[in-house]
Amino acid sequence: MSGVRRRINVGLLTDETIGPGDWILIHVGFALSKIDESEARAALEFLEGIGQAYEDELRALQESP
Amino acid sequence: MTLDVREERVLQRIEKARARPARLRDERITLAYGSGGKATATLVEAVFLDAFRNEALEPLEDQALLRAGPARLAFTTDSYVVSPLFFPGGDIGDLAVNGTVNDLAVSGARPRWLSAGFILEEGFPVADLTRIVASMARAAAAAGVEVVTGDTKVVQRGKADGCYINTAGVGVLETPVRLGAARARPGDDVIVSGPVGDHGITVMLARGDLDIEADVRSDTAPLHDLVASMLDGADDGVHALRDATRGGVATVVNEMARASNVSVVIEEGSLPVRPEVVGACEILGIDPLYVACEGRLVAVVDPAATPAVLGRMHAHPLGVGAAVIGRVGDDPPGVVLLRTAFGGTRIVDMLVGDPLPRIC
Amino acid sequence: MRFVDEFRDADKARSLAARIASLCEPGRHYKFMEVCGGHTHTIYKHGIEDYLPETVQLVHGPGCPVCVMPMGRVDDAIHIASQPDVVLTSFGDMMRVPGGRGSFFDAKAAGADIRMVYSPLDALKLAQKLPDRRVVFMAIGFETTAPSTAMTLLRARQLGVENFAVFCNHVTIIPAIKAILDSPDLRLDGFLGPGHVSTVIGCRPYEFIARDHAKPLVCAGFEPLDVLQSVYMLMRQLADGRAEVENQYARVVPWAGNRRALEVIADTMELRPYFEWRGLGFISQSALRLRPEWAAFDAERIWPLPGIRVADPKACQCGEVLKGVIRPWECKVFGTACTPETPIGTCMVSSEGACAAYYNYGRFTRQRVEEAAR
Repeated sequence: MSGVRRRINVGLLTDETIGPGDWILIHVGFALSKIDESEARAALEFLEGIGQAYEDELRALQESP
Repeated sequence: MTLDVREERVLQRIEKARARPARLRDERITLAYGSGGKATATLVEAVFLDAFRNEALEPLEDQALLRAGPARLAFTTDSYVVSPLFFPGGDIGDLAVNGTVNDLAVSGARPRWLSAGFILEEGFPVADLTRIVASMARAAAAAGVEVVTGDTKVVQRGKADGCYINTAGVGVLETPVRLGAARARPGDDVIVSGPVGDHGITVMLARGDLDIEADVRSDTAPLHDLVASMLDGADDGVHALRDATRGGVATVVNEMARASNVSVVIEEGSLPVRPEVVGACEILGIDPLYVACEGRLVAVVDPAATPAVLGRMHAHPLGVGAAVIGRVGDDPPGVVLLRTAFGGTRIVDMLVGDPLPRIC
Repeated sequence: MRFVDEFRDADKARSLAARIASLCEPGRHYKFMEVCGGHTHTIYKHGIEDYLPETVQLVHGPGCPVCVMPMGRVDDAIHIASQPDVVLTSFGDMMRVPGGRGSFFDAKAAGADIRMVYSPLDALKLAQKLPDRRVVFMAIGFETTAPSTAMTLLRARQLGVENFAVFCNHVTIIPAIKAILDSPDLRLDGFLGPGHVSTVIGCRPYEFIARDHAKPLVCAGFEPLDVLQSVYMLMRQLADGRAEVENQYARVVPWAGNRRALEVIADTMELRPYFEWRGLGFISQSALRLRPEWAAFDAERIWPLPGIRVADPKACQCGEVLKGVIRPWECKVFGTACTPETPIGTCMVSSEGACAAYYNYGRFTRQRVEEAAR
């Protein structure tokens, strides 16, 4: 993470396949959860959408007589 | 937005309580008293200031300013108990010279002479001592100071963690410079000389009990030359200078805010921090604002002088990463605020003891 | 940092804030409780309340495992630390919590060997490094941390380490939420679900809140945008007349939780019939202890504990703060007799405690802070 390396116990993620490049949630030296990239993308898209809708509204307000 | 009257009344009560002199309640010294935060301040005021009270001590700056006939001298002391003794970027010897040089430098004095007192643990390898002393010699030469006197004591195995060093330093004020933590004024800029937190993180990781590796080195360095460059041609524009050691930038800025009775707003987005330090702090659950540095200074500067001062800093190898991180205001007095990158604001108070890592 | 920086964007925050404001019914006041110390911390650290309309209030609940530790248990831990050859290891947050006769730091100053660790694995490593000492790990935390303690116990047994023990103080979140819902003092509109606890227990355990109490719960992440989005989702549910469990933190929280984590907890621990929570009193089935098969690693079985119930100081109102009944500054001793330097209660000591967060981060009214920061 930002160039910081750490040893983590991944014993709690035996149900998942994890490999280099995966992002995981760590807590007190253990990996608790693997980040679901598609969910992350969906969350970011929602936020982008909110941002866009807000800008559209602002513009509409400015353009109205 | 309306003020909540009841909440305001409670907050006023709190400010009155904070303004009262702190009382020392503990019967024994705990580690918190050594970390440079509120506990240390309480100990200094309740025990040391109370017993030694005199005019030179009262300002409680990093150094005492003394007169001997026409000469104006700066005098300081510091003890070095770091563990481990050797870490990326330096060792206890480097700290022992640079730390004391810096305490002198931030008063505007030219550091000249150091004493070096060693407390060695029985069984400590001579090779390690030689290595430390060689570092001190190198650091002293680089800083233009001489170690002119010293002392050695040996204590039984189990004490002194290998090696403790105390250095005291004397510097000479050659120009009529007036710097002080109480001289910050509303409108002043707050400048930091480079990325923060390098030293503290380096030492934490070097202890080896966390399974964390990162490419960080201690920032230990003598700052007197940078200071001279800043003061030269700043025309009284620099109001206050402190080196940010234990307790980090947050502690130093708080000390200045309190001494000058002003507010300070720090912009989180402007604070220079290396990505590795950010990463390590996130993992450990600590805030880079409170992590120790050993070669960074915080300057409070008249805004008219800022461009010139910043220019001088950028032209100096130790000031390349210098940045304006905040501004002095007048309300609330004695309080430091942070405007987060996210756009919200929060208070940055002094910690009681060392920053304790969060787990949740 | 990926998956972190994107969720701290100020512009998106403003958009979300506008959306939240647009869903506010005129004249109505909204109260949402968060039950995770991490949320308390994030909210204050990033100044999230600055983005919310005045009529939307975030209430802090009993989500800080350090804050709900009764003083008597701290005394019990110090009792263990004072036994011959014992090294007590603990997370940093516990070090300053006041027991009946001082904190871990005070006990350390008086001669007890108490050391800070970042992980239960550190404690196990220490036990291997010091075979002549008896290393005890002070296990605290909700279901987020329990699996780590469990894994460490399994590893200790696997490695044949005999000088390692656990003083188990893990607590579970659902009984605490039930106690809040059953409390007559509160009128909440919904909950921000604890994001990290949920990675272990999943989202299903919260369904009773929506089903039986008709209140929405949104499982929330810890970046500032996560919190704001979750508040938006709660407001959306209220506006739509829904009461459901939703998962805002889906990138990290699987709906079914972490099966392996729940397995290892079940292998090593069982529920206590009851446990005392600071401020909330005795709650049944709300905490964990080691199973009888693990007696050799159970500090409570190895050293008989005084187990004395220590009443909170009369002035302390931590209980009311933990239930969200009063705000930190409404406590009579907040900021005067009870400060971070001289804490009376746990809410002021723990870095996730509501009082500490408010004192250290949010102490001035928003208007004044905004003016100062302009």
